[in-house]
Amino acid sequence: MRYSALALIRGALTGQRHWTPAWRDPEPKPAYDTLIVGGGGHGLATAYYLAKEHGITNVAVLEKSHIGSGNVGRNTTIIRSNYLLPANTHFYEKSLQLWEGLEQDINFNAMVSQRGVLNLYHSDAQRDAYARRGNAMRLAGVDAELLDAAAVRAMVPGLDMENARFPVKGGLLQRRGGTVRHDAVAWGYARAADRRGVDILQNCEVTGIDVVQGRVVGVQTTRGPIRARRIGLAAAGNSSRVAAMAGLRLPIESHVLQAFVSEGIKPALDTVVTFGAGHFYISQSDKGGLVFGGDIDGYNSYAQRGNLPVVEEVMECAVALFPAFSRLRYLRQWGGIMDMSMDGSPIIGTTPIEGLFLNCGWCYGGFKATPASGWCFAHTIATGAPHPLNAAFTLDRFRTGAVLDEKGAGATPNLH
Amino acid sequence: MRIPCPCCGARGNEEFTYLGPAGLTRPAPDASEDAWHAYMHERENPAGMHRELWWHGQGCRAWIVVTRDVRTHRIEHAALARDPEAAR
Ligand SMILES: Cc1cc2nc3c(=O)[nH]c(=O)nc-3n(C[C@H](O)[C@H](O)[C@H](O)COP(=O)(O)OP(=O)(O)OC[C@H]3O[C@@H](n4cnc5c(N)ncnc54)[C@H](O)[C@@H]3O)c2cc1C
Ligand SMILES: [Zn+2]
Repeated sequence: MRYSALALIRGALTGQRHWTPAWRDPEPKPAYDTLIVGGGGHGLATAYYLAKEHGITNVAVLEKSHIGSGNVGRNTTIIRSNYLLPANTHFYEKSLQLWEGLEQDINFNAMVSQRGVLNLYHSDAQRDAYARRGNAMRLAGVDAELLDAAAVRAMVPGLDMENARFPVKGGLLQRRGGTVRHDAVAWGYARAADRRGVDILQNCEVTGIDVVQGRVVGVQTTRGPIRARRIGLAAAGNSSRVAAMAGLRLPIESHVLQAFVSEGIKPALDTVVTFGAGHFYISQSDKGGLVFGGDIDGYNSYAQRGNLPVVEEVMECAVALFPAFSRLRYLRQWGGIMDMSMDGSPIIGTTPIEGLFLNCGWCYGGFKATPASGWCFAHTIATGAPHPLNAAFTLDRFRTGAVLDEKGAGATPNLH
Repeated sequence: MRIPCPCCGARGNEEFTYLGPAGLTRPAPDASEDAWHAYMHERENPAGMHRELWWHGQGCRAWIVVTRDVRTHRIEHAALARDPEAAR
């Protein structure tokens, strides 16, 4: 056994210098069957499921930086499947089911913790909307419970239930939702894909996509040209830039989303809570820090850092919900670049260019999608056609009008 | 980020509401589906200089065209949207 308490103790005698890398660092080959552009959660999961489910192992994942440097290592780690629209419900439920078996599957402790996700409601109208969403979930076989104020009070003692402006009236609870250690997801999928023969090429930025007579034949990279007949793009916040290399113009705007971590405290919050009167979500990590976030900043950005108005608003939401947290200091804060789509739902599918496949438009919520996104994208790339679970997530739904707009906000990326 | 409003001077960005890229031209009502699709959904989304519309709702209430580097948030230029100079 490679990882064990005994190995740790033995390693202590030699300064823990005996550990070896968990995956290879190979030189790029001149050609592969399939290339995945972007070594985030989605790209790595795609490579893993291509190998595992479809036996396609002559695959390389091309990552411009190191794996985990993008959004997969920057998110607030919440997983759930509490959606209203059928296409989204079934897709995210598949993802939650894959999370439930992930650690056994890839033999890696990703700290999948089904501690529940509780969406608070603050008015009768909001209760009705949540009841409707909960019913839609239950009709699709997904767990959902509508809690009244007393049940919420018992479950989350620190809440300011009688806030003068936004009293807590109850909540919609998905007990199977929760959190997952985000870095471990990148590392776990990377190791599992590597074991099945996938080459993970870091510091390998794609700078061009070669298209000949309407089909892809390869890419240009900072580590030289690489040929392939099938290429999947999974570049998250940089999707527009990468797709433009193949002449595509996407229904995407890039926006910055910030996240915050407080100093570590004793266990105070054992579930994920979201505020219904503002956009705010909070949980406590196993290290003790409170992990929380709110809205995107709201304007186009590739800066990976946001501005102060959102910081102030997020802090206000935090102390409005949990007055006791006003005594805490926040330790760290950062930003990631979101690929905000025109209807708030993702794109996983084919493109007008033969052999080129697209995975993008994840908005705020792509971390929870990681396993199903990789699973569906691998199916799409391997067979050339979408799986029923991602059949609605096409690029051309914006042209045809079959959009998936959970909020009904229209073609306004910064409002989804 | 402070936005240099031509009427009010440099103000915090929380006073403004963001709309999106400037210079999108609304197609004629009978234009093709492609033209409407491009106008409604397809965006250049550059990583660099971006011309964009902001509304100074908590100030002079003017629409402003801001030219900003979206990699750094540095603002190069701001003009009133109704000003022909902004349409350059
Ligand atoms: C602050 C924050 C909080 C979030 N909270 C949640 C949450 O609680 N729950 C949830 O479900 N989702 C959340 N998300 C969203 C989620 O993190 C993303 O939707 C998801 O991680 C995107 O997929 P990915 O992991 O593949 O992206 P990434 O990890 O960003 O992977 C894309 C990769 O592509 C690489 N790349 C880009 N261009 C090129 C190129 N030209 N050549 C080679 N490689 C390239 C990048 O370097 C990057 O590593 C949050 C995001 C942020 C920023
Ligand atoms: Zn003004």
